[in-house]
Amino acid sequence: MQDWAGWALDTAKSKGAAYADVRVMDIRQRDLSTKNGEVGNLAESQTLGLGIRALANGSWGFAATDRLTREGISACAAEAVAIAKASTLAKTHDVVMTPEKPYVDVWQNPYLKDPFRIPVERQLDLLLAADAEMRRVKGVTLAETSMAFKRIEQFFASTIGSRIHQTKVQSGAGIVATSFAGSEIQKRSYPNSFGGQHMLAGYELIESLDLPGNARRVGEECVALHKAAQCPEGSSTIILESAQLGLQIHESIGHPIELDRVLGMEANFAGMSFLTLDKLNKLRYGSDIVNVVADAQLSHGSGLGTFGYDDEGVPAQCTDIIREGLFTGYLSNRETAADIGLNRSGGTMRTESWNRLPIIRMTNVSLKPGTWKFDDLIADTDDAIYMETNRSWSIDDRRYHFQFSTEIGWEIKGGKKGRMIKNPSYSGITTEFWNSCDAICSRDYWTLWGTPNCGKGQPQQVMGTGHGAAPARFRNVRVGVAFSK
Amino acid sequence: MSPIRKTRAQRPSAGRKMVTGSSREGLLGASEIRRISERVFKLSEADETEVTVDVTSDALTRFANNTIHQNVAEQVLSISVRTVFDGRTARATTNRTDDESLARAVASSAALAHSQPKNPHLLPMPGAQKYQRVSRYFESTAAATPRDRAKAVARIAAESEKREQTAAGIFSTGAMQSALANSRGLFVTHAQTRSEFSITVMEKDSSGWAKANSPDLADLDPAALAARASEKAQASSKPVELAPGHYTVILEPSAVLDIVGFLFYDFAATAVADKRSCFNDRIGKQVMGSNITLWDDAYHPLQSGAPYDGEGMPRQKIALVKSGVPRHLVYSRATARQMKAKPTGHGFPLPNEYGEAPMNLVFAGGSSSIEEMIAATDRGVLVTRLWYIREVDPYEKILTGMTRDGTFLVENGGIAGGIRNFRFNQSVLEMLSNVEALGPSVRAAGEESFEMVVPAMKVRNFHFSEVTKF
Repeated sequence: MQDWAGWALDTAKSKGAAYADVRVMDIRQRDLSTKNGEVGNLAESQTLGLGIRALANGSWGFAATDRLTREGISACAAEAVAIAKASTLAKTHDVVMTPEKPYVDVWQNPYLKDPFRIPVERQLDLLLAADAEMRRVKGVTLAETSMAFKRIEQFFASTIGSRIHQTKVQSGAGIVATSFAGSEIQKRSYPNSFGGQHMLAGYELIESLDLPGNARRVGEECVALHKAAQCPEGSSTIILESAQLGLQIHESIGHPIELDRVLGMEANFAGMSFLTLDKLNKLRYGSDIVNVVADAQLSHGSGLGTFGYDDEGVPAQCTDIIREGLFTGYLSNRETAADIGLNRSGGTMRTESWNRLPIIRMTNVSLKPGTWKFDDLIADTDDAIYMETNRSWSIDDRRYHFQFSTEIGWEIKGGKKGRMIKNPSYSGITTEFWNSCDAICSRDYWTLWGTPNCGKGQPQQVMGTGHGAAPARFRNVRVGVAFSK
Repeated sequence: MSPIRKTRAQRPSAGRKMVTGSSREGLLGASEIRRISERVFKLSEADETEVTVDVTSDALTRFANNTIHQNVAEQVLSISVRTVFDGRTARATTNRTDDESLARAVASSAALAHSQPKNPHLLPMPGAQKYQRVSRYFESTAAATPRDRAKAVARIAAESEKREQTAAGIFSTGAMQSALANSRGLFVTHAQTRSEFSITVMEKDSSGWAKANSPDLADLDPAALAARASEKAQASSKPVELAPGHYTVILEPSAVLDIVGFLFYDFAATAVADKRSCFNDRIGKQVMGSNITLWDDAYHPLQSGAPYDGEGMPRQKIALVKSGVPRHLVYSRATARQMKAKPTGHGFPLPNEYGEAPMNLVFAGGSSSIEEMIAATDRGVLVTRLWYIREVDPYEKILTGMTRDGTFLVENGGIAGGIRNFRFNQSVLEMLSNVEALGPSVRAAGEESFEMVVPAMKVRNFHFSEVTKF
């Protein structure tokens, strides 16, 4: 890998690049799934290649190849410089980056059990056991399970002298039961929807989830939803469980704080942000108890947004995003940090693979824990809906107005959890919602959730992000509008 | 955007038109691909072996704030091996062609296959097939350079500056070669080019958008698309806020596409068998208006993609909906066997849990232009584009999403001005029961769905549930 990176950088410099960085990445994946007692998908893949980003005549160019010969790599690097020079045809200013030191380092996330060394038979047996347990519940018409593993080995080198070797091992799994009855399809998932829980971890994560042990409950709740009361329409107090709150953070905090969006660079596709520069250190984003960080450091947890260095060679950092309700920070890279006068990048440049240009991505954007015990929070609530597990999600292209629905809800009356609610949904305006937060559960209830499927960029890239959250309560939220007529 | 919908499956990378020529720029020729396949077959000890090869050469020039800020190119190879041992199958994929890597992929596929229970529904691989010819490779598109794209962007950026507007978008071109071969003698390859231009033009409090794509770069007119986006931005300035409610809407083709695209998987026989399709118990029933007719047709001149599916079966033209009544589903070979039907050439590469889906939807159009729809509307909303659409209810097919980049009030037969963007919560089936007028069908491009051939639609009683701040 080091030789390949060196050849690329040498060529880029010789062709006129003022700066260049290169990522050699070797990515191995395993995907398993079952459906109604049979193996669905069973596949492995491995991809190895190199991408080089070159700054020439003040503009960027990027090229990627899997022809890892000296000739192939040199041609790729030369193409990156040629593309950069072509970019100058439509250039308004020279790219400027914040300074960064060169680093030579090796980093790997900790894990106990290499998921690629666990026999596939054992992994399938676990999934099939959970699959069978869900189908034991009468009324479950579809049982699905999945596991996914990824090993990313990457070598980063740049013309300022950085040489960084990182290895990330990622694991994830989940189950879902579906029931069709009458004119209704209901669904329940565990431990989260859309693939379950994912972290930078080994197979020990999968074992800790106890998929078979939760399968019966998932199936029973799924079937019971058909006879549950419909979510009312109106204004209500809501309590969100931590996985749903994780996605709420992702959509209404994580994306709007991306500085490339704020500066218009994503305007055509992902959109822009309501967090214009004048709002920094002035906007009351949330109530006083709302504290949010973007933390890529291992000390925050081994999430999908954890790493040693980002993909332009900047060390992992923790940035205060919201401090006691005040908006205090963006996600930045070396270029956008310089654009707004910061001294240093926040270290959030990430790439999906060797053939994609690194762009600003969320790391672990997390809501810090509060002080409440969950039972005390319920007991303290007179009239509310407790909502669990995301079912749908949508937010406008500046991240003001959102709507979420969850798989299941529970009525809270007089401080007690009551009857089941089906088709729960809620909607609102981002800052109004976060300012309505009046209780957050403590560290004991806090989970660092993984969102493995965040799409952004053109060509689109899919990235894993982390979101730590504990259940929290919000007042005067509009509920039920998704099913209003 | 994010997270992406899991159900938005990628088009199967199975091949496309028959190609017998030599290697194209950056791609592999049919003979080279056949040699790779033969090497894999020799390495494999499986009962049956399938090889899929994809080679892509793609480039994308991205601009924002009237300047190019990202400009990328990639060459990517993928060799995917599927083996079958006694009713067990699995897949392994590599991007290396050396002997060791191919052998590792074969061994990995074999090990995975051996590690599972026997699949009673697995069929023998198909033998050689005959394919209808499609022509979707254009040399001039494959030959487009970064300078070509940058020059076009520079002209548009300069024009935006002159109008005191801000433009952002992409201009991309590329070429791909695919092939599918199996040890029972099936061998098919397909080459295709692609080009796409998308632009958002912004003013202080408004924006406009336009997008188009085609296998042939000559079909694109970036300057005209930029002009349309610019006009929309100007016309939607100083937007006013309207109350949410039920409105007559005129959906431009891109907006129609991104809604109806959510139906594609519901037409899969597997989805019906799994009881997760909105057509469960609804086949043969009037669930849409009598003016709605829909096919899947990979051979339509405005369509793109391969004439065969993930197992190499020829794609057939299927009448999915006739006069508002869903009539037919699409079937992979295995699903067809289980449901006592004939395969239609819509299967995904095996193994998979989704079965199949129609990937080349074509709606029957009408004769009303958008201008005529506006002229015939007393009060309504013209929608350019929709955004972040997600499924709220899978059986009633309620979707939610936002309008974006050009939403207008229509009053007394004309455009009254721009309005703040709405959130909608709307059943697709109900929407397709309320279509009052159809435009001519065109190849439309959006962000939530594959490109399809769809018309503009005038729809009554469309439900906008809330409004946002801009």
